[in-house]
Amino acid sequence: MATKPMRIRASVKDGVTEVKALIAHEMETGQRKDANGAVIPAWFITEITATHNGKVVLSGEFGTAVSKNPYLAFRFKGGAAGDKLAVSWKDNKGESRTDEVAIA
Amino acid sequence: MNNQRRNVLKTGTGAAVLGALAAAGIIKPGIALAEWNKAAFEAKSMADTLKALGAAQPTDSKEVQVTGPDIAENGAVVPVGVTSAIPGTTLMAILIEKNPNALAASFTLPAGTEANVQTRVKMGQTSNIYALVKAGDKFFVATKEIKVTLGGCGG
Repeated sequence: MATKPMRIRASVKDGVTEVKALIAHEMETGQRKDANGAVIPAWFITEITATHNGKVVLSGEFGTAVSKNPYLAFRFKGGAAGDKLAVSWKDNKGESRTDEVAIA
Repeated sequence: MNNQRRNVLKTGTGAAVLGALAAAGIIKPGIALAEWNKAAFEAKSMADTLKALGAAQPTDSKEVQVTGPDIAENGAVVPVGVTSAIPGTTLMAILIEKNPNALAASFTLPAGTEANVQTRVKMGQTSNIYALVKAGDKFFVATKEIKVTLGGCGG
């Protein structure tokens, strides 16, 4: 299944870059059942990494309790307008995706 | 994956198995988590989760804060934030006591990244949210209760 693009916004103010990312992902918990009572298998993001010009600024691990279409916001020192900020994730089915934006 | 886990737990020695995994060095507390910390994410209780993260006895700290609503109408999307004023914070984790698996997310912070992360989580029912923070070799924790009027798990 094709993955959908994330929405990332990164802006720098007073030397601190604020990143907000909205990731399109089902984040199925594996707890829910479909209409026939069969358990819907878990499908969720396990790892997420944000890099600034290739340097890791945040890495995280998700469990099934992160909401559908996860939202993530954080701030790091440094970064300048035009720098590249990339967010990539990997899910428990082995799919992955990377999206990149320029810091505004 | 889940079926295996069920089987493991059915034998009634789930906790012991998890402990054995930890002892076998599959979980390496203190090292940047390169691989998904399966034991921590699949641990059921708070105590097991803390153990899997290598934080058996975190200290309560006022410098760690959990932000979120007092009442969440929809447990499927609960905005939660963790901030830490402790210098040298390297790891932050969000734990939800009454969820099927307590650990929701953990973040590793390299130097230069502020200890302030916001995300959204699911909550099955009204529960305490724990923010676990690691600074140096020590773990600190803060809690906040969020009331949920409509659960986000199952359904």
